[in-house]
Amino acid sequence: MRRTAGLWLLIGLAGYALLPWYMVTGGVLSFGWLGDLSGEGASALLWSLSGRTWLWLPLFGFAGAALVLALKRDQLQTARGLVASGAGGLALMAGQGLVILGHGTRFGLAEGASQPGMGAGALVTAAGLLFILTTGISGLGRGRGDAFITGMVGAIVALVGIFVFYPMAFILVSAFELKGGAGFGISEFFPRFFAPEIWSTACFTGRGYCGAAMNSLILGLSTALGTTLLGLSFALIFTRTAFPAKKFLRVLTILPIITPPFVIGLALILLFGRAGTVTEFFSDMFGWEKTRWLYGIWGVWLAQMLSFTPIAFLVLIGVVEGVSPSMEEASQTLDANRWQTFRYVSLPLMRPGLANAFLLGFIESLADFGNPLVLSGNENFLSTEIYFAIVGTVADPAKAAILSLVLLSLTLTAFLAQRYWLGSKNYATVTGKADAGRHAALNPVLRWTCYLVAIPWAAFTMILYVLIVFGSFVKLWGYDHTLTTEHYKRAFGIVHRNGWHFIGSAWDSYFTTLTIASLAAPLTAAVGLATAYLLVRQKFFGKDAFEFSTMLSFAIPGTVIGVAYVMAFNFPPIELTGTGLILIIVFIFRNMPVGVRGGIAAMSQLDRSLDEASITLGANSATTLRRVILPLMGPAILAALTYSFVRAITSVSAVIFLVSARYNMATSFIVGRVENGEYGIAIAYAAVLIVTMLLAVLALQLVIGRRTLRRADRIEAH
Amino acid sequence: MTKGSVRFDNVTKRFGAVVALKPLSLDIAPGTLVTLLGPSGCGKTTTLRLIAGLEAPTDGRILIGGEDVTHLSATYRAVSMVFQSYALFPHMTVAENVAYGLTVKRVPRAEARERAETGLEMVGLKGFGERLPSELSGGQQQRVAVARAIVLEPEVLLLDEPLSNLDAKLRRQVREEIRQIQQTLGLTAVYVTHDQEEAMAVSDRIIVMKNAEIAQEGTPGDLYDRPNSAFIADFIGDANLIDVEVTASGKETEIELLDHRLRVPLSGVSSGPAKMVLRPHQLRLSREPGPVTLPAEVGYAAYLGNSVQYTLNTPAGQVFAIMPPTANPFRQGDNLHLGFDKEDIRLVPA
Ligand SMILES: Nc1ncnc2c1ncn2[C@@H]1O[C@H](COP(=O)(O)OP(=O)(O)OP(=O)(O)O)[C@@H](O)[C@H]1O
Ligand SMILES: [Mg+2]
Repeated sequence: MRRTAGLWLLIGLAGYALLPWYMVTGGVLSFGWLGDLSGEGASALLWSLSGRTWLWLPLFGFAGAALVLALKRDQLQTARGLVASGAGGLALMAGQGLVILGHGTRFGLAEGASQPGMGAGALVTAAGLLFILTTGISGLGRGRGDAFITGMVGAIVALVGIFVFYPMAFILVSAFELKGGAGFGISEFFPRFFAPEIWSTACFTGRGYCGAAMNSLILGLSTALGTTLLGLSFALIFTRTAFPAKKFLRVLTILPIITPPFVIGLALILLFGRAGTVTEFFSDMFGWEKTRWLYGIWGVWLAQMLSFTPIAFLVLIGVVEGVSPSMEEASQTLDANRWQTFRYVSLPLMRPGLANAFLLGFIESLADFGNPLVLSGNENFLSTEIYFAIVGTVADPAKAAILSLVLLSLTLTAFLAQRYWLGSKNYATVTGKADAGRHAALNPVLRWTCYLVAIPWAAFTMILYVLIVFGSFVKLWGYDHTLTTEHYKRAFGIVHRNGWHFIGSAWDSYFTTLTIASLAAPLTAAVGLATAYLLVRQKFFGKDAFEFSTMLSFAIPGTVIGVAYVMAFNFPPIELTGTGLILIIVFIFRNMPVGVRGGIAAMSQLDRSLDEASITLGANSATTLRRVILPLMGPAILAALTYSFVRAITSVSAVIFLVSARYNMATSFIVGRVENGEYGIAIAYAAVLIVTMLLAVLALQLVIGRRTLRRADRIEAH
Repeated sequence: MTKGSVRFDNVTKRFGAVVALKPLSLDIAPGTLVTLLGPSGCGKTTTLRLIAGLEAPTDGRILIGGEDVTHLSATYRAVSMVFQSYALFPHMTVAENVAYGLTVKRVPRAEARERAETGLEMVGLKGFGERLPSELSGGQQQRVAVARAIVLEPEVLLLDEPLSNLDAKLRRQVREEIRQIQQTLGLTAVYVTHDQEEAMAVSDRIIVMKNAEIAQEGTPGDLYDRPNSAFIADFIGDANLIDVEVTASGKETEIELLDHRLRVPLSGVSSGPAKMVLRPHQLRLSREPGPVTLPAEVGYAAYLGNSVQYTLNTPAGQVFAIMPPTANPFRQGDNLHLGFDKEDIRLVPA
């Protein structure tokens, strides 16, 4: 404990005394600040000496820690001292940041002072103080006395606090804003929260439209149920049958997840809309009436089924694979037939996977923004309502905030229901008692059910994508079907004149998107899986609250997050708008819950005695994580990396608020083209993105591969 | 205290409302094999995990090799554990599994490989190094787990029901191997089991636990010969427990058994109701009455080749007896007389 604390003391002090405290132009990695050490590049130490006396404050934390380390010998006293110093230092540091802003001060303190947003020096200083605090906590015997564990918990709590709760506080405050700028109060909150326009059930009684929350709820449940069943069918086909075209199916199940938003909706409209190809066909051939059935809840549902089934599949495949064959064999030797084996053994063991897939589908559906935007017709959904409350003709942040709370209460309920259903049963199936053996094949009825459900869906997906490619090569889909490569030339043109020039209009956003996605993906996976590890394997105070807070960012629709980030990070102490960093951060915290859920599902299948064996063999938690857990979590890591990479490229809702001229993202570029009616370029760009992501995903699968627990993953012959 | 000793100082463990260990103190001498024995749920595994550092005590101190390790994490304790489920890493070969503890301690590769090889040889698995755990039988996996634990040359080796997944023959063989390795290496070993025969066979000392506390501890002989309670008498070896009344105590003890009054060479027994302990093979059966005999009717007789087992109905309750086979065995329904030696009698509180 003493050594770890001492190390963080030195690191923190170095950050305080050597690195530039504030944000520097060009970023800290450009090292331009080295030439301006007394000005913009000055450290907190220099600033304190030259008049910004409030910057002395963090130093109290370090001084306290140094005194404790020098004077106290007793373990418990040292630990308490470190906790006090770390916490005190952090509080002082946060205090000065929240009080003294760029344009003045809050609460009438330190009048006249001002400062820019915190930078690298502040980051390192804060990290030093935080880890002194967590090391102290481990010294108190928490987290089994393991500083690595408490440090990890501390870091994740701090990050979630700053990048989820802090911005959400801005949104929450505005939920209590009174109409007409009359200040804040609770009087208008409840009537607005329970307003009929949100909760109305009129569509059931046939007397009008349902409220936005009702629509979202129905949609969410249907989508979650549908995607879970479809995902399970696919997972079963992959692991329990000898289906001949598995590779091809696999690609098809990945396609929708790597499709930028609007594209599926757009393709559906171009097929089934009033002027769509299929609609026209049936109207010409059979004289069927052209209807607007696609615009409304079932159109959105169709689009969501196409978009989100792969997520359920990715969650379920790891779980279905993980069910130990010996348990299925045990059941069969107990004279259960294949159906009984599946029904009473395999299926219950897959419960955590099913519950997670369902929860993900539900939350994804509620927070989805792209599909309802294009397909909702006259019906309202929460996520789009929030968007319009903010960007609509009459901006109403209070309404947006209240709708967000409604959304949150729905997702929260789903989350608690899932916890209740799973209970505290143990689902470990990789027990460390190695087993050979084969997965039981499905019984024929089930097998054909899976085929019948999954194959038409796959075929439909395939047709849709062939059409998207087709659409990118014609002048104007639906009207002028002359073949052309015009769209690609305009977006991705390259000329060779004194070297290569990327003159296409899309290149800029394309490179930005790829860079940001490649940076965000490993970070997201790391944060997500680390959280999962803590949740499944460690015991610590406030674990439930911790779990809930890490899931929270997922339940908040992107639009809300985007607005919240703009409100919170547009001025000191943390000033990030306009940087690429804010995009990376928003992706990490939006997508991390998927890593968490996938990680939890995968890790609850690894018997705890595996980690414990490693620990008693002298490995520390970090080594155990690296050498035992991670290698056994191949599929979960793959899922997390894939998902976060792809989501960073395809997500639109939060991004739209956070892009800047310098850091424009592919999706916001596409939205711009769609708004201008340039469908050709939009679809061409989407096609290029799809191919890019496909290559990346395949590369990831090759690199990470699958775990080899059994020499051969055989499937029983029929 | 020296290397390898284990000491609990009033250690308590609670899981929420469940008390898994009541304040417990124990001392384990270096180089001995001590067994924790007791019925399911009595806290054996919990005690073992506390020694390993996988659980932190709610209260009290734990010392290993004389050093206070109460707050030391499992990683840094010189303790290895063999898990009931083996906990072999399924993605590593047998050799990698055995060398794991060495590689995480940064022992040079070549040396680690060599020591792993030696470890595998010790458990009789030379040449199995390149296989995956899934390609071994249960008994072989068990031995890999033992090899993995001993190559680290731990001060204390912990084994949690290491044989429960093996068949009876293999059990005897592996437990002898474990005992031999423990003695060769001079390790301190703490061995959890709920099989009293296994415990008697391998242990230097046995700690019997019941309801989250120690019921009695001692050498196998002590426990068998001087049980301090009906529970121990019955748990360690079979015993007939017969209600008696202690009428006088002192240097010798006088007891009343039905209409007999006996003076037995036991001291320090308090007066009042008690239970008399008699082992099945300490009983005699004959057709003739003796000085101290009880009438007994044969309720059931089982011929086992090298012995005959009788269930007898007596005025003092049902009694179980084991006799050497005779040319003319007793039969069900025979009316006999049951005799015993006063010296064999042990008394435990009722
Ligand atoms: N993590 C836990 N949470 C709650 N209670 C627990 C936990 N671990 C053990 N217990 C309880 O503590 C008591 C002792 O458990 P322990 O595992 O030590 O028993 P044991 O003697 O090893 O039994 P067995 O022979 O069945 O393995 C039991 O009542 C058990 O239910
Ligand atoms: Mg146990």
